[in-house]
Amino acid sequence: MTSKLISMSVTETLAGLKNKDFSATELIKDHIAQMESCRNLNAMITELPEQALAQAAESDARIAKGEMRPLEAIPMAMKDLFCTKDIRTTAGSHILENFIPPYESTVSQKLKDAGTISIGKANLDEFAMGGSNTTSYFGPVENPWKSTTHPDKKLVPGGSSGGSAAAVASGMTMLATGTDTGGSTRQPASFCGIVGVKPTYGRCSRWGIIAFASSLDQAGAFARSVEDAALMLGTMAGHDAKDSTSANKKVPDFATLLKQDIKGLRIGIPKEYRVDGMPQDIIDIWEKGAAMLKDAGAQIVDISLPHTKYAVPTYYIVAPAEASSNLARYDGVRYGLRVEGKDLQDMYESSRAEGFGAEVKRRIMIGTYCLSAGYYDAYYTKAQKIRRLISNDFTAAFEKCDAILTPTAPSSAFAIGENADDPIKMYLGDVFTIPASLAGLPGISVPAGLDDQGLPLGLQIIGRAWDEVTMFRTAFALEQAAAFSAQPQLIKSVA
Amino acid sequence: MSIDKTTVSKIASLARIKVTDQDLDYYAPQLQNILDWADQLQEVDTTGVEPLANVSEIALTLREDKVTDGNIQPAILKNAPESVEGFFVVTKIVE
Repeated sequence: MTSKLISMSVTETLAGLKNKDFSATELIKDHIAQMESCRNLNAMITELPEQALAQAAESDARIAKGEMRPLEAIPMAMKDLFCTKDIRTTAGSHILENFIPPYESTVSQKLKDAGTISIGKANLDEFAMGGSNTTSYFGPVENPWKSTTHPDKKLVPGGSSGGSAAAVASGMTMLATGTDTGGSTRQPASFCGIVGVKPTYGRCSRWGIIAFASSLDQAGAFARSVEDAALMLGTMAGHDAKDSTSANKKVPDFATLLKQDIKGLRIGIPKEYRVDGMPQDIIDIWEKGAAMLKDAGAQIVDISLPHTKYAVPTYYIVAPAEASSNLARYDGVRYGLRVEGKDLQDMYESSRAEGFGAEVKRRIMIGTYCLSAGYYDAYYTKAQKIRRLISNDFTAAFEKCDAILTPTAPSSAFAIGENADDPIKMYLGDVFTIPASLAGLPGISVPAGLDDQGLPLGLQIIGRAWDEVTMFRTAFALEQAAAFSAQPQLIKSVA
Repeated sequence: MSIDKTTVSKIASLARIKVTDQDLDYYAPQLQNILDWADQLQEVDTTGVEPLANVSEIALTLREDKVTDGNIQPAILKNAPESVEGFFVVTKIVE
């Protein structure tokens, strides 16, 4: 039988530790045991049991002395895109398979300083490029949820932070870091029935996060409740001199402020998010979500984001262009895989051919094409202009509302291998998360219900730039009303 | 815009990715499809619109020009595929 320690919230856990109901070592051991029993999900690239237990001993010593830190001994998974000092960091890629960073990312350092204990480096799509966690060099991650109609099918956890989402959903960890460039935290949260939040661009330092598309990349947080996610994000956020795009702004106390009621808040429903072919279950849950927020005292207003349909193609010019530039550093000279060649050029080309997977190569080539002489203005500058129009849409909409409610994704989790040969179909999975990313806005996915296959569906709340507080308040109200309590069968069967 | 095998070959060379003839057959139609799909952006009127590069509108700041780190040669070389006497080693490039 599995310990109940793996299904508690962060606040319950901290209270239990303080009260000596259980020790940090017991807590970490139970989570390591769950990680080991769920290895079939392939959620972790590198497990860190020894380090985790050593840290747990340190936590126990602190607790005994009454020196608990804010997130003392909270077990978490670190997406393998965050550089961790002296711990292998792969980005899910063959090219970084043996890379051991000599430094620690700012976000992972802050989490460590707050007392969290990372028990593993979580699997992800290669260089965070993908929406299903099937592009990892270390193999696909499996969603802990099973469809009730096709229980034999292995489902994707979403992506790119699929390992992180699967770890939290299966009780391996209480929290996990993600990153979110176009939906890579919010969409897997929706697929795995947990909370996933991406803050305003600039809220968290990007230093030490392996870069994909720098004008879009942000750190994200996964948890099983809105409050836990807020606690975690509050720890991760803040100015960092090492990232010139990180904002020198005070970080509000998200976890306290989210409990304010939402009476009088105006919640916008964008008509353009009602896309063709969206399953009825998702339309229904979206309408239910709006009704719940209305019951909680909010006012529902219709809004328009007219350039929504251009967001995904805009993203698939901007992000690959930035990726082609960012990934130029992997040349087999200073770190990473080297494949010898007859000359230097041949060494570069062979190393990159062998080191990168198909999706990464596809995006590098699209980006290279869009940035090449003669096409730069037609593709890249054009996309940047439309990015401005998309951002302006949100600015206009936020004159009529305080937060926006949308579905997180146009589907629930699909089977591993589905959509694999159709990149565009895969790209459209991020249709509701990409617009906020392009505009740099905060967004959170909250589990709101199950579809007709018994699979979780999330709703997304988008906030104004730097107004995560209103986003969290709305998310908390939605969470209270939706009272989502379903768990994947693998937890139910052992609890 | 037509993405034939010659174009893919040129892009791959610019991107320093070695491609086989089989790769060209694989990528050409895919890149063509993606770019055809992205062509819908051309229907948007962007006259007078400023390109958006920095969404946060945070002005980049300058720091004092002084060394904040250093003397970490072993750390820098630690992940090198090959290094000798404090240098990264690559294939001979001067005949």
